[in-house]
Amino acid sequence: MLPSVSKTPLIRLDEVEFCWHAKASPSIKSGKLCIERQEHVFIQGASGSGKTTLLNIIAGIVTPQKGRVEVIGQNFLELKEVQRDRVRADHIGFIFQQFNLIPYLSILENVTLPCRFSDLRRQNAIDRSGSVANEAIYLLNRLYSKSKLDFDHNTNELSVGQQQRVAAARALIGQPQLIIADEPTSSLDYDSRQAFMDLLFDEIKISGSTLLYVSHDPTQKHLFDRVVKMSTISNQGSVNL
Amino acid sequence: MNLRLLAWKSLSSRRSTAILTVVSIAVSVVLLLGVEKIRVNAQSSFANTISGTDLIVGARSGSIQLLLYSVFRIGNATNNISWNSYQAIAQKRGVKWTIPISLGDSHRGFRVMGTSKDYFSFYQYGQKRNLQLTYGKPFDDTFDTVIGSEVARSLQYSVGDEVIISHGLVSTSFSEHKDKPFIISGILEHTGTPVDRTVHVSLEGIEAMHVNWQGLVKKRKDGKTLTEANLKPDSITAFLIGLDSKIMSFKLQRYINEYSAEPLLAIFPGIALHELWSLMSVAEQALLIISIFVVIATLTGMLAVSLAGLNERRREVAILRSIGASHWHIMGLLITETLLLTLAGILLGIAILYSVIGLSQPIIETNYGLFIPISLPNEREFIMVSILLLTGFVVGLIPAYRAYRNSLADGMSTRL
Repeated sequence: MLPSVSKTPLIRLDEVEFCWHAKASPSIKSGKLCIERQEHVFIQGASGSGKTTLLNIIAGIVTPQKGRVEVIGQNFLELKEVQRDRVRADHIGFIFQQFNLIPYLSILENVTLPCRFSDLRRQNAIDRSGSVANEAIYLLNRLYSKSKLDFDHNTNELSVGQQQRVAAARALIGQPQLIIADEPTSSLDYDSRQAFMDLLFDEIKISGSTLLYVSHDPTQKHLFDRVVKMSTISNQGSVNL
Repeated sequence: MNLRLLAWKSLSSRRSTAILTVVSIAVSVVLLLGVEKIRVNAQSSFANTISGTDLIVGARSGSIQLLLYSVFRIGNATNNISWNSYQAIAQKRGVKWTIPISLGDSHRGFRVMGTSKDYFSFYQYGQKRNLQLTYGKPFDDTFDTVIGSEVARSLQYSVGDEVIISHGLVSTSFSEHKDKPFIISGILEHTGTPVDRTVHVSLEGIEAMHVNWQGLVKKRKDGKTLTEANLKPDSITAFLIGLDSKIMSFKLQRYINEYSAEPLLAIFPGIALHELWSLMSVAEQALLIISIFVVIATLTGMLAVSLAGLNERRREVAILRSIGASHWHIMGLLITETLLLTLAGILLGIAILYSVIGLSQPIIETNYGLFIPISLPNEREFIMVSILLLTGFVVGLIPAYRAYRNSLADGMSTRL
């Protein structure tokens, strides 16, 4: 599935250099990356290869010292921090490796949390299901299929697999344009892994979001449109994709 | 974004520490406002003890001592003043009224005061209020007595009861004059002053108590032999003066203080009250300082709890950041939490304070003669509470800033 209605790519990194500390060596140097809308991209890299740094840059949490970062048509180096926070709230959904959930909120509150930070995503949810809660329940029901769960319940009794599904529902609510998944299945067993990936892909196809999937484990890369090796982004003389 | 909801949920999840923090803030609020309430009411009850009196005259001693025994019934006079001096001064031009005071006896722990009927006409307290009788009438007979409201309440006396007055000030005195009971003729209205705790008799009554009664008992019963003439006192303890015009008070004060026949002292009640209060204000300041330190200790405790929890919350902060929360949201969340704790502590503290006042009001009044009304917080209390809330906010800035620094360093990394 290739394609994009719009001509501008969703993410474009150009000659990016970033170091966490002034004296440290750069985590990313001469980084280049271009991701089209609705593309499903697998970014493969061992730990320490700069994956987390890359995600922080794309999310607008940090800004590189050099280069150009464009996300959803916005030049991040020209935006103020609060404006970047807004782009992230409106357009990006995250799924982390583990511990995705706020422990003091219920399942439903965790899923609807992005709609508290973004009017756009709240409106999208309301447009689709009538209310934010309905949309959350719809997503949860799809992701949980048969299992019956009390969504007002606390999250601390959930298994890791269940937690990851709640996290996926939270990333998907309000149809953000970009879903970033950072090793979301690495703490799951093989069967759960398969089930989770199937559900994630189903939902992303429905919402038409772009998926940026980061993992060190190449076994899943056949599911994606494209594979980018981390080494090509973070090393000098990176390959232009 | 509704931060209050998030802050509330977060606090509820740490219920036990949150409740303990709220309770400790409440305790410090009770202390802070309680000290303030006692101070304000003690001061006003002080200032309201006596009013309308221009000069208090007694044997030469200290002005505070004179004030204490003549008005507060605390301590004793070093010396009496002679009846003749009293008469001479009372008849000076410009003196509108005088109230003689004769002390030294007690009834079951309450002071007995000998005075004249003028006491009921001229003695004023509070905002120039005269004494009123709730029951009965002022004393008429030598063996009549008028008791204060507190005496009547705590000893359960009513008009017509007989009371035995003992010599000296100990309640279980061996030298009780059992042969000479007094009859209660009236009970005064509640005043909130030492009057409530006083047993009033006529000067003749005081004299009669101290006459050797062995040969006179029978004569008293037929009622005639005891006349005012042969019970005329030789001396009194002190007296109060009301003048026609306040302008004269300085002149009369000088006259009394230079009185040649015996060493006397005349004081202005207002000035003496002020002097006495400034002595007490040291204790008041000390109490205030202690309560401020308690507040500081409490807020430090809250800060410690908040900072200790911060490391565990780094992941929570990273998640919120990834969802789109700005640094302002994160700081707002932490500040809102401390503000909620402080506010809850203040409200609980005020609730506890008013319940304690409500419950202990009669006990405090009986034991200390201090009436603390349940009133809305005054301006000073309001400012204190506002400063406390503001301090809560400032204290909240510290963990908020730490969370901000952590989040800068962590980014979206949740692998802690």
